[in-house]
Amino acid sequence: MRSRLFGAALAPALIALSGCAVSHNAPAADSLSVLRPQYPSTYKRRAHPPVLIRNATILTAAGTELTGGSILFADGKVVVVGRDTTVPPGTTVVDGSGKFVTPGLIDTHSHIGVYAAPGTSSLSDGNENTDPVTAQVWAEHSFWPQDPNIPLAIAGGITVIQVLPGSSNLIGGRSATLRLVPARTVQEMKYPGAPYGLKMACGENPKDDEEYPATRMGNVAGYRAAFAEAEQYREKWDDHLEDPGDDRPERDLKLETLAEVLRGRILVHNHCYRADEMAQMLDLGREFGFGIRSFHHAVEAYKIADLLARDGVASSVWFDWWGYKMEALDGIPENAALLQQAGARAIIHSDSPDAIQRLNQDAARAMYAGRQAGIEITRDQAIRWITANPAWALGIDSTTGTLEPGKAADVVVWSGDPFSVYSKPEQVYNEGWLVFDRNDPKRQYRTDFNLGTSAPGVGR
Amino acid sequence: MRHAALALIGIALGGPVRAQTIAITGGTVYPVSGPKLENATVVLRDGKIAAVGTDVPVPDGATRVDAKGRWVTPGLIHLRTTLGIHLLDSGGDEETQEYIREGQVKASFTVADAIDPAIMTIPVARMEGITSAAAVPSEGLIPGQAVLFDLAGDRLEDMLVKGPMAMVADLSESAKKSGGGSRAGAVQRLRRVLRDAREYAERREDFRKAQIQPLAADAEDLEALQPVLGGSVPLYVIANRRSDIENALRIAAEFQLRLAIYGGIEAWQMAPALAAAKVPVILEPLTDSPAFDALGARLDNATLLREAGVTVAAAQTDAAHFRDLRQAAGNQVRNGMSWDDALRTVTLAPAEVALVGARYGSLDAGKVANVVVWSGDPLELSSRVEHLFIRGRAVPLVSRQTELLQRYRKLPPAY
Repeated sequence: MRSRLFGAALAPALIALSGCAVSHNAPAADSLSVLRPQYPSTYKRRAHPPVLIRNATILTAAGTELTGGSILFADGKVVVVGRDTTVPPGTTVVDGSGKFVTPGLIDTHSHIGVYAAPGTSSLSDGNENTDPVTAQVWAEHSFWPQDPNIPLAIAGGITVIQVLPGSSNLIGGRSATLRLVPARTVQEMKYPGAPYGLKMACGENPKDDEEYPATRMGNVAGYRAAFAEAEQYREKWDDHLEDPGDDRPERDLKLETLAEVLRGRILVHNHCYRADEMAQMLDLGREFGFGIRSFHHAVEAYKIADLLARDGVASSVWFDWWGYKMEALDGIPENAALLQQAGARAIIHSDSPDAIQRLNQDAARAMYAGRQAGIEITRDQAIRWITANPAWALGIDSTTGTLEPGKAADVVVWSGDPFSVYSKPEQVYNEGWLVFDRNDPKRQYRTDFNLGTSAPGVGR
Repeated sequence: MRHAALALIGIALGGPVRAQTIAITGGTVYPVSGPKLENATVVLRDGKIAAVGTDVPVPDGATRVDAKGRWVTPGLIHLRTTLGIHLLDSGGDEETQEYIREGQVKASFTVADAIDPAIMTIPVARMEGITSAAAVPSEGLIPGQAVLFDLAGDRLEDMLVKGPMAMVADLSESAKKSGGGSRAGAVQRLRRVLRDAREYAERREDFRKAQIQPLAADAEDLEALQPVLGGSVPLYVIANRRSDIENALRIAAEFQLRLAIYGGIEAWQMAPALAAAKVPVILEPLTDSPAFDALGARLDNATLLREAGVTVAAAQTDAAHFRDLRQAAGNQVRNGMSWDDALRTVTLAPAEVALVGARYGSLDAGKVANVVVWSGDPLELSSRVEHLFIRGRAVPLVSRQTELLQRYRKLPPAY
């Protein structure tokens, strides 16, 4: 009998995530590739002096809206959030009068870097649509760190994104959770310790008129066949790792990823518009023993908000995208608010290099749509839709997503209420480092691609 | 609910219902053509604005709409949509797609005959204060004629504002195919079409007798270009890169056309030239991601153009986002434009660009009574439309989306 605990202890992804120091060129003939570090994060926090922002309105995303508040952060971590704060020597003091402070915004659904600007077909690296199941591909291996959309998103207050493969096939591959900082390599952006996600897609996109799967029932048969295979693969490998004999199983990158989903170490992110299909996917998860971490787009999530609350599944939704295709016909602006009302976890996501720059505005419109429908939503609750809740969906909520002592100093200073169309991020701190300052052109980086063009950066 | 549904039917039947007199009282009125008026009255009668002012009496028998604490503006005008001619555009579902006719030169193609006044996108756009919209064809060197219509009624005759509003031509990246793969080819071909249209007008008889060498387009297309050559119908040229906009300006000067730019992502780089030529720009205020069609994208494009004196109309051209017009306008303020100018980009400026400024775009006596009462600042995310009048009639604020909300606000739904 296979020991689940033992299998977990030796599982490859843990090593991939450990971020421990390794000599990258050292041969390790005595270990299997599956047990060696796999594309580990080389992200390093940038040094920055301690910062105290005082006399601001602070939305902590942890249940508090603090007026006349102060926040002190140092060495990349939030030290204290409160009213009276002493100023340690060497601290940069920011006058927050009239300004708002929120956690850095987190987008669960981005294709930045894999469908990079300037949008040429040669940069179309987001859909490995060569087979219905391509769980073997990893979005990070397509990611281009010079995508000029990156600084635009940073200027919108985004500190962390999940980059996903597209939705052209049933299982599109692994996602990557990245810190949005200037970098030469994707490894320098990978969020240390973040679990991988698996992109799955329902509905219109993965089915094909001519080839399998051609129907929605073909879609479900496709997921089931893939996970049935992965179940056996997992058992073989777990047994082997527990008691290595002479017969080492063959390594299969596709099934390896799916087995990690079954072990609960890769989180499922599921593009799914229609309520009835989401209910099918919940049953699929029950059949194979995994949970859906978040549905994405989920324009009909409000129709089954009770089921989503019961199963603890998040929904990453837009404010109001609707009507551009049959399965998007029933989108309504109150979607996020109705989810919140039902006790389900709502997230506002972008899926767009434009919308990601104004995620706060989409959250605002969703909040006001809810209020106008008679659903009470506070600003601190709505800010969670773009901070704490996406942090949970990405499995990084123990380290970011709220402004609480000990959390990463991912901080946005807004010129005013972030739920106003007129407000904009003035400063963005990524783990305590001032990555963007609207009033300091030296803190407005341009990607290599921008150089030598008339693209002016973020402007006023 | 039942009342709302009946009212919706009332609007759908349209036509013979006699417009009543309505007095919107006590609101802060933004006429756009002049400074704001506190505690003012707007009187609507027979589909027109009868009076606007702080000392305007409420006529006997008028229906009063209390706008105390509310903001009153002209209805918003959106010059670049596919409202009425498009709903679904992906997944291969083409049942509702009417805005593309095959071919490259389609000057005689007007989308007017395809407009479906009952399409479910129109009530949603209305709920964001949009009262007039242009249905615009696309694809090809000359995609066809755009039509401006009011967003209430069941027959186009009862809705039409201006048709054609404009002839649309394309000199951007998407038109390269029409030029054999090069922008230069597209420019050359557009010049030839315009030259031949001029020649056709002078030699119709020769054309009929086939005593003329083949021309660059069919007779009906050359005929349709005559009002463009005569200057009564503007040519809206899709152009984003500076060099493409320069080409549009050159061609407009050569043929003495009335030009407007659709897109204009790099227009900020040549703002003085556009101002001097009095060429307006219909742009998307939220575009800043670079593409080779226009690498110099920036969010304050509209602001820079206004500062140089260019007439700017704002648009949100993605089909899923027509409703976001006022959010786009508000973002112009975020990016440096004055609030008054920003409101103008979605009211009087588009009316003027569409050559209907004498009838639309501001709250002035004699103009068409398209009026919105907002809960607050119309450009702000927290505000909503409370009353909407199109041609002097109250339009119920219901849509497919409000019905879905009612059905699913308590789960499970009661069918």
